[in-house]
Amino acid sequence: MSETAGRAPDETPPCVVVRDLTRTYRSGRGAAATEIRANDGISLTVRRGEVFGLLGPNGAGKSTLVRQLTGLLRPDSGTVELLGHDIVRHPERAARLLGYLGQESTALDELTVALAAETTGRLRGLGRAQARSTAADVLEELGLTAIAHRPLAKLSGGQRRLACFAATLVGDRPLLVLDEPTTGMDPVARRAVWRAVDRRRAEHGTTVLLVTHNVIEAETVLDRVAVVDDGRVIACDTPGGLKALVDGDVRLDLVWRDEAPVGVPAVAALRERAECTGRRWTVRTTPEQARELVAAVTTGPAFAALDDFTLATPSLEDAYLKLGGRHGGLAK
Amino acid sequence: MTLLSAPPRTDRPTGGPAPLAPAARLLPSLAAVYRAQLARARVARIPLLFVATFQSLGILVMMRGVVEAGQSSAARSVVAGSSVLVVAFVALNLLAQYFGKLRATGGLDHYATLPVPAASVVLGAAAAYASFTLPGTVVTAAVGAVMFGLPLGQLWVLLAVVPLAGAALAGLGAACGLLAPRQEIATMLGQLGMSAALLLGVLPVDHLPQPVLWLRDLLPSTYGVEAFARTFAPDPDWAMVLADLGVCAGVGVLSLGVATWAYRRAVAR
Repeated sequence: MSETAGRAPDETPPCVVVRDLTRTYRSGRGAAATEIRANDGISLTVRRGEVFGLLGPNGAGKSTLVRQLTGLLRPDSGTVELLGHDIVRHPERAARLLGYLGQESTALDELTVALAAETTGRLRGLGRAQARSTAADVLEELGLTAIAHRPLAKLSGGQRRLACFAATLVGDRPLLVLDEPTTGMDPVARRAVWRAVDRRRAEHGTTVLLVTHNVIEAETVLDRVAVVDDGRVIACDTPGGLKALVDGDVRLDLVWRDEAPVGVPAVAALRERAECTGRRWTVRTTPEQARELVAAVTTGPAFAALDDFTLATPSLEDAYLKLGGRHGGLAK
Repeated sequence: MTLLSAPPRTDRPTGGPAPLAPAARLLPSLAAVYRAQLARARVARIPLLFVATFQSLGILVMMRGVVEAGQSSAARSVVAGSSVLVVAFVALNLLAQYFGKLRATGGLDHYATLPVPAASVVLGAAAAYASFTLPGTVVTAAVGAVMFGLPLGQLWVLLAVVPLAGAALAGLGAACGLLAPRQEIATMLGQLGMSAALLLGVLPVDHLPQPVLWLRDLLPSTYGVEAFARTFAPDPDWAMVLADLGVCAGVGVLSLGVATWAYRRAVAR
């Protein structure tokens, strides 16, 4: 597993250094309780100024890892270092080094957007006037000024998420830890998020650790990505580097109108190796084979039964599956 | 396509650990939490404040059927008990529910990842919950005093009773909310506390059996009720009023201390 590939050069000092992090928790009660190893010896290094992603399906252990990085959870064993500070020994220092956007907004829900941002800034140590003006600037930057006086609870999911992201940005921090920041956002809001991240990185060298299971987002915004599966990092590289693992293959998606025409020999043979989700069949294969398959399904009875088909170059999802991801895909 | 086009700035000094941003100080962050919680109340809690006040007014009307108007210890405790009940409803019951919900839904993570002292979060929320009980308490006390023919001149003492009883009850409410293992249990504890404040505060003491009186002595709201009830007397015993308020203050310090400890425990790393 390579830890070095990426845009930030090797000599860039590390921002986050995690070594052999292990965390288990108990699930269930009494005799039926089972021990689940949410993080099983995770090691990774995020360099300063990188946008680094943790990609993996639900339950892979991404959030458990992030909670240990932010000082919310103590690991069973292993070390976490943020900008040279030992966070396992001094978890309270994390709050003075990073801005964290968690998945929940209940602490801010009944505040107006402006007050949520301003209060968060004050609790991050800013004075009243500074918190107010910084909050106003961030809301302007993210296009939230028009809804600044509306309570978060009355906003749509995407707007609420953007307002929480705004609160995360008030009070500069060298590291931003964002747990699925763009969930529910429309493309305009997503772009505002990535523009704001980009600006902070260019102006202040801000490092971003991003948790996501959105493959397209991971491919477009990340410098490097660690693929997390069953509590372990199964790969760590640039998105391009990971996709090179499946270079040469293509993905063919077939959607049938109704039942698949298994009477056609090519289709019957395909069923053995395709991943079938309802009427959608997905197969990863070489371009030559894909061409033959497309020819077979776009003629005769197979074509009559075909609703849609797409032929695509590999994505991070294909890389994840190739790496042995055990959850049948990232997007849930 | 790469949306992020700016190259990372990597010319920062690298020797030793990075400097830590300053932590938020106790009083400014307490003020910020207090202000945010008050604003929150305007959005979400006004209907509940009406409920709290109408509940107490309803109890006054009900008790008027069994207690004669005029200077009697029963009339004084009914009016004082109904007034302090508004404080119990909001500061104990609603605050227990608020912290219970915050803990159950992961909302505490927001505060736990900010460099803010635990006491600021707990005291700020407690102070806000206690202070928005004031209008309801004053309305209940004024209506009660008129209904039961008691003097209105001493209502100013509520300015001491509400914060002190509020501190004691809010501390208890916050501790319940933060210590309860599940959100439903936090809700149940808050409601039980409020029921106790209702029954033990409003019912005239003359007819209560001894074990119930012991229980009544254990409840912090009792001392707020007693202090307020004494001021309706024609010649109030101010030393006893002060002593009762002193108990409220002492319990307040203790319960807010426990709540602060419970907060630290709830966000334990």
